[in-house]
Amino acid sequence: MAQAFTKEMSRNIFYGGTAFFFLLFLALTFDTHLALPERDNRAALDPATERGQLIAQGKQLWEENDCIGCHTLLGEGAYFAPELGNVYTRYGSSKEAIMGFIKGRPKDGIPGRRSMPQFNLSDEELAAIAEFLQYVSEIDTANWPPNIQG
Amino acid sequence: MTFKYQSQAVAMPYFIAAIGLFVAQILFGLIIGLQYVWGDFLFPEIPFNVARMVHTNALIVWLLMGFMGAAYYLVPEESETELHMPWLATLMFWIFLVAAALTVAGYLLVPYATLAEITGNDLLPTMGREFLEQPTITKLGIVVVALAFLFNIGMTILKGRKTVVSLVLLMGLVGLAVFFLFSFFNPTNLVHDKFWWWWTVHLWVEGVWELILGAILAFVLIKVTGVDREIIEKWLYLIIAMTLITGIIGTGHHYYWIGTPEYWQWWGSVFSALEPIPFFMMTVFAFNMVNKRRRNHPNKAATLWALGTAVMAFLGAGVWGFLHTLAPVNYYTHGSQITAAHGHMAFYGAYVMINLAIISYAVPILRGREANSEKAQVVEMWAFWLMTVSIVFITLFLTGAGILQVYLQRFSDNPLSFMVVQDKIELFYWLRFVAGVGFLIGLVVYIWSFFIPGEKTAAEMPAMEAQGSERGAVEAAAG
Repeated sequence: MAQAFTKEMSRNIFYGGTAFFFLLFLALTFDTHLALPERDNRAALDPATERGQLIAQGKQLWEENDCIGCHTLLGEGAYFAPELGNVYTRYGSSKEAIMGFIKGRPKDGIPGRRSMPQFNLSDEELAAIAEFLQYVSEIDTANWPPNIQG
Repeated sequence: MTFKYQSQAVAMPYFIAAIGLFVAQILFGLIIGLQYVWGDFLFPEIPFNVARMVHTNALIVWLLMGFMGAAYYLVPEESETELHMPWLATLMFWIFLVAAALTVAGYLLVPYATLAEITGNDLLPTMGREFLEQPTITKLGIVVVALAFLFNIGMTILKGRKTVVSLVLLMGLVGLAVFFLFSFFNPTNLVHDKFWWWWTVHLWVEGVWELILGAILAFVLIKVTGVDREIIEKWLYLIIAMTLITGIIGTGHHYYWIGTPEYWQWWGSVFSALEPIPFFMMTVFAFNMVNKRRRNHPNKAATLWALGTAVMAFLGAGVWGFLHTLAPVNYYTHGSQITAAHGHMAFYGAYVMINLAIISYAVPILRGREANSEKAQVVEMWAFWLMTVSIVFITLFLTGAGILQVYLQRFSDNPLSFMVVQDKIELFYWLRFVAGVGFLIGLVVYIWSFFIPGEKTAAEMPAMEAQGSERGAVEAAAG
C-alpha cells in the first residue's frame, strides 16, 4: 500500500476534497439565506418602526453588558445562568416581568449565591432589552429548547 | 548543539508570554470554577462574566502566541533560510503583548459597558459576543499583527525551501486571519449574527487551526523520530484532507437550533459524526511514526507531548464531540455542561498540548542544548500527567453534571428550573474545582521544570542509551 498510495495522491485528495466541500458549504449557506426570511422573525427588525429601533438598541445593550458571559441565548454562551432565548415566554409573555427582574437585582449580590449584577439601566434601556428578548423568543428554532425551563 | 538559524530565536518571547498567559487562564478558570459553588465569591468586584472572559480570551491569545512562536521557530528551519524580518517579529510580539495586557486590564478595571463606550464600540459594534468580546480596536490590532506575521512568514517561505509542513502551516495561518474577519460582521438580525459568528469560531477550531496543529505535529515528529519526510507528509495531507472534508460541512452541527433550516440537522449530524476520523488517524499516525523511529532523540518529553496531543485530541474533540453532535441528542444537550465538558478536553488535547509539544521540543534548543537534563524531563513528564489526568477528571465531572442537568431540566416528566438544577448538581462542580486545583499544581510543576538546571552532559549520554526498555514500552503501547 505504501508504494501504491503516493504523497501526490493524498495531496490531491486534500485540495480536491477541500474545494468540493467548501463549495458545497457555500451553496448550503446561500440556500439557508433564502430560507431565513420565513424563520428569523426579521419583520420585527424593521428600522422604520419604533419596535425595530428598540430591538436594535436592545441587542447592543445585550452585547455591551456582556450578557452572554453568564447566560446562553438559543443555547450559545456561558452556562452559569439561565437560557434567555425563551425567557419571554417563561415569564408569562410579560416584558414588565423581565424589566422588573433586571431592575431588582441587589447591588451587593445575595450572600453565598449566584446573583445577576445590578446594571443600573434606565427604564428605556430595560424596555429595549425586553423587546429584544421578545424578538428572540419569536425566532423559529426547530422547537428548541425542549421545554419552558430552557 | 544549538539552533540552525539565528532568527529562530524570536520565537522565545512568544513561548514565554504564552506560558504566562496560560497561568492567567488557569487562575481565572479556578475563580469561575469556585463561583459555580460559591456564588458571591469576589462579587461584585469580579463578576463571573468578567472572569470567564479573561479565562477564555487568555486561552485564545496564548494559543495564538504559541502558534506564532511555533511558526517563527519552524519556518526558518524548514525553509533553510533566515526569517525575512526578525525585527518585525519582535516588534509585533510587543504590540500583541501590550494589546493583550491592556485588554485584560480593561476587562478587570472598568465595567464592560464602560469599556465598550471608551473604545468606541458604537462606531463598529463587535463586542459582547462569546469569545469575541475584545474591544473593536483590539480586534483591529489583532488583524495588523496577523498581517505583519503572515507577511514575514510568507516571505521567508517564498525565498527558501518549500516543504509540505511549512505550506500546510501557512495555509492554516492564512485561514486563521481570513476567518477572523467575520468577527467584524455583527448584524442586528440575531440569526445572521450567529450564523456568521460560527465562521470564525467553528472554522477556526474545527478547520484551519487543525492545519496548524497537523503541521506542528508533523514537524515535531520529523525531528524526534527521524522518519522519512515523504511518509510524514503523506500522512499530513491525508489527515488535513479528512479534517476539512468532515469539518467544513460539520459546521452544520451549530445550525440546529438557532433559526436556520432544519436540513442542517442532517448535514451537521452526518458530517460532524465523521469529524473524529482525522483525529483517530492522527493518533495512529503519531504512534506509528514513533514506532518506526530511526533515531532515539534525547528529548523524551517532547515525544510524550506529541503522542499526548494525538490521543487527547481524539478523546476530547473526537469522542466527546461525537457524544453530543447528533441532532436528536443535541436537542437535549445543547448549551449544557456537556458542551463545557467537551470544550475543556478538546481545547486541552488539541491546542494546549500541541503548543506544549513544540515548546518542549524547541525551548531546550533555543537555550543551547538538544534536550533538557534527565531530571528536568522527568519533572516535565510529571507535569504532563498531572495536567492531563486533571483535565480528564474535569471533563468527567462536567459530563456527570451535564447528564444530570439534561435529565432534570429537559428530559424528565417534571422539568425543574435552571437554578434549582444547579443546586442539585453542586457536588460535581466541587469535584471539578478540586480537579482544577490539580491542574494548577501540574502547571506549577511544569514551570518548575524550566528552572531545573543543566543540559545533558556527556556522562549522561550512555545512560540514555541504556533505556532500551522504554522503547519496548512505547512499542507495546502502540501495538
